[in-house]
Amino acid sequence: MKNKKSSGIPLGVPTLSSNDFKSDQDVRWCPRCGDYSILAQTRRIMPELGIPKEDIVFISGIGCSSRFPYYMNTYGFHTIHGRAPTIASGVKMANPDLSVWVVTGDGDALSIGGNHFIHLMRRNFDINVLLFNNRIYGLTKGQYSPTSEQGKNTKSSPFGSLEAPFNPISLALAAGATFVARSLDTDSTHLQSTIKAAFEHKGTSFIEIYQDCYVFNAKAFELYTDKSTKGDNTVRLEHGEPLLFGNDGEKGIQLNNFQPEVTTVTNGTENLIVHDQYAENTTLANFLARMSDMPEMPHPIGIFRSVPQNCYEDMMTDQIALAKQQRGEGNLEDLLNAGDTWVVE
Amino acid sequence: MRKQVEQIQAATVLFAGDSGDGSQTIGTQMTETSAIVGNDVATLPDYPAEIQAPAGSLAGVSGFQLHFSSETIHTPGDTCDVLVVMNPAALKVHLHKLKDNGILIVNSDNFARKNLRLAGYTDNPLEDETLTKYQVFPVELTRLTRKVLEDTDLSFSQQDKCKNFFALGMILWLYNRPMDYTIRWIKTKLAIKRPEFIEPNILALRAGNNYCDMTEQFTTSYEVKSAEFAPGKYRNIEGNMSTVLGLVAAAKQSGLKLVYGSYPITPASDILHYLANYRNFGIVTMQMEDEIAAVGVAIGAAFSGALGVTGSSGPGLALKSEAINLAMIAELPIVVCNIQRAGPSTGMPTKTEQADLLQMFYGRNGESPVPILAACRPTDCFDTVYEACRIAVKYRTPVIFLSELYIALGAEPWLIPNVEDLPNIQPNFQTADNGFEPYLRDPETLARPWARPGTPGLEHRIGGLEKSDISGNVSYDAENHEKMVNIRAEKVKRIANDFPPTEVFGEQEGDLLMLGWGGTFGAIRTVVENKLDEGCSIGHVHLRHLNPFPNDLGEILNRFKTVLIPELNSGHLLQLIRNEYLIDAVGLNKVQGQPFHVFELESKIQAYI
Repeated sequence: MKNKKSSGIPLGVPTLSSNDFKSDQDVRWCPRCGDYSILAQTRRIMPELGIPKEDIVFISGIGCSSRFPYYMNTYGFHTIHGRAPTIASGVKMANPDLSVWVVTGDGDALSIGGNHFIHLMRRNFDINVLLFNNRIYGLTKGQYSPTSEQGKNTKSSPFGSLEAPFNPISLALAAGATFVARSLDTDSTHLQSTIKAAFEHKGTSFIEIYQDCYVFNAKAFELYTDKSTKGDNTVRLEHGEPLLFGNDGEKGIQLNNFQPEVTTVTNGTENLIVHDQYAENTTLANFLARMSDMPEMPHPIGIFRSVPQNCYEDMMTDQIALAKQQRGEGNLEDLLNAGDTWVVE
Repeated sequence: MRKQVEQIQAATVLFAGDSGDGSQTIGTQMTETSAIVGNDVATLPDYPAEIQAPAGSLAGVSGFQLHFSSETIHTPGDTCDVLVVMNPAALKVHLHKLKDNGILIVNSDNFARKNLRLAGYTDNPLEDETLTKYQVFPVELTRLTRKVLEDTDLSFSQQDKCKNFFALGMILWLYNRPMDYTIRWIKTKLAIKRPEFIEPNILALRAGNNYCDMTEQFTTSYEVKSAEFAPGKYRNIEGNMSTVLGLVAAAKQSGLKLVYGSYPITPASDILHYLANYRNFGIVTMQMEDEIAAVGVAIGAAFSGALGVTGSSGPGLALKSEAINLAMIAELPIVVCNIQRAGPSTGMPTKTEQADLLQMFYGRNGESPVPILAACRPTDCFDTVYEACRIAVKYRTPVIFLSELYIALGAEPWLIPNVEDLPNIQPNFQTADNGFEPYLRDPETLARPWARPGTPGLEHRIGGLEKSDISGNVSYDAENHEKMVNIRAEKVKRIANDFPPTEVFGEQEGDLLMLGWGGTFGAIRTVVENKLDEGCSIGHVHLRHLNPFPNDLGEILNRFKTVLIPELNSGHLLQLIRNEYLIDAVGLNKVQGQPFHVFELESKIQAYI
């Protein structure tokens, strides 16, 4: 939106509530599915974005997460497996004033739609991507996904899966994503604020949301969500703040020969890594992203990177404006009659 | 010396050489000039898929065939009057097309041992009996071009790049054609990128022209007078450009933003190239990561209220089929251009064929009716793709526009249409919630409303799951599913109510009806004209609308004893016609990657007339 960066709600936009974003369709996810919370947080934060709901479009592919648009009282399009980024790109390009949201899962975005996912990141349309990562295939009833841990026993991998998982944050960063974040289905406050930050970022915003599939992969993220373990196993990324974690913030992360290591605050905080989500180069963000692959390190939760860059749709609009300025508004009559012509009497 | 000028009705010239020899360039220039001086023209570019296959090899031969006439013509000609070859490989590949006593111009500098061996000649054909039945003109094209350019700053290899214009200069002399148009083209084309080549190319062109004038080798030149055309303003146009102008026109006339998603593929890439130049028309072109993404942006654009278009060829269409099905069930207007080439699989990317028709009909899961239109000649691409856009918008459906390599790359004179004569295209967006339901249909067309995001009060959700009638909500209801399948089929069927009566050319009833579609038009029409002159009972119907068929087609077919269907496939339309009308139609098929020759059709229809 043109007024996206301004704070507060523009004049003339009626105040909406979370209920205004409820569609008339019954929600049909399994009981205790993490999707319920993500839907609730999204509905709650939407009124705070300050845009009319007719300007909002939710687009999804296929999978449990992709039923999401049916439950939002906005414009919505439940498309085909893996292709939501392409359709969202067309929606945004045809009307850059719309607020476009892609809802996807680990299979939809990273397996069948992997190609579209990386190209969406590098094109940097002003589109927000919510990836519900439950590390399993839910709608097809329990096969391993591209984020499942290696060796996972599932219906399709009774002897253990052979594949190393994708790290979605690293993948997005490598593809040139300009806003990359991770949040949790269970942390309503953090999830809401992250969704809002994604909206406020001009460019493709990617949020990986750890989401529990109670039926096929229950408690996959328990380490990061359970009160008793999350303190030691997650680290909150706050811009300008040192990387502190532990139940009382007693531990920190520092660099040792380009490797992260855990230290205690009592040793002093001057050597701790200080988070900079606005850093132009991706060195720190990549480093933080890879920490989740290290069993001895906590999982970062928060915004890894948020760097403004030109958006595809704006550059296209500029090209069109410039071409019109240089060549004049296209005239069909002239175009048809262009080149060498001759007249037969 | 005195030279003779002989009047002739028509001529066919074929330029051939290595892929890098510039045969396509000079062929196109000869076409432009012939069209501008008033001939009817038809062309056939025939080139390899490799950009520059090894020099001198048979695989690397690139040819351009041009037929120009003082009469109306429909094909690039079965055989050639003049063959220009730059090397032995080109001679080997194309000699069989040259008429007996035809003119053969040879770059004799390239007939050394190495090139002869590459072409598979053990002896030099210029020195043995191979060419005795032709008028052979060996010309030292390389040496002469270098001589002309010796005072320029160009290196030998750069000088050699100009020899195609020396050859063109000769052909322009041979047919008494002015050089002005080519000179102007050279100046414009090279002005920015290669200005150092402007003067040398013009020098080579003039030198070739003078060479024919001054030497005793050439004693006769030919003149092909202007053809009779309907009054009006003309330009020469190639099929893909004609398609592009049709799309631009449809966008302008409908007031819709054109969003074209594509992934480069032969022979459809030029549509992307040409459209990308028209940013000042507000046209958006997006080169996507793959074929699926390309159709995806078209669908997204249509959902947003734009004219979404994608273009590709057969292999790309295979990838797009799931998305086309989504547009079908979501009932969104997109146009899918399939510029067919020879398959299956990668097939022969630079050769022509019509073997995607059944893929377009049936290549999607479930019951998936999609309208299909096919252009029949380069100029017809404009009208056909324009109509495809009109149908897509009016009926809220994906529409497949079929072209094929032969007409996509072929060129002919085009009577430029008046903008005010173009049919109306009305988007008729839903703008207010006066009883809005996403699948509440227009009672006449069965089209559903087009409600763009951004319109207050019309927020709604659509998708690929089966829809409940009227509300469009997800439905697994058994009766509803069958009802929706029937409605979608009926909607496509009703499109035929818009079609004008089908034109039957020639006899309106009788012995033989030639029923064609697509780029076979020229060959079929030529045969039918010839047979009508002989007094045969023969008619010709050429279908633009392949799905749905015209309402009057069944009745027309029944007026003829035999319905013969020539196609460049193994019988696609044949199956559809036999299936739909239960008639014993006969196929006439060729699957060689080459268009029909007139003589092939003539020899095969004798039994039916």
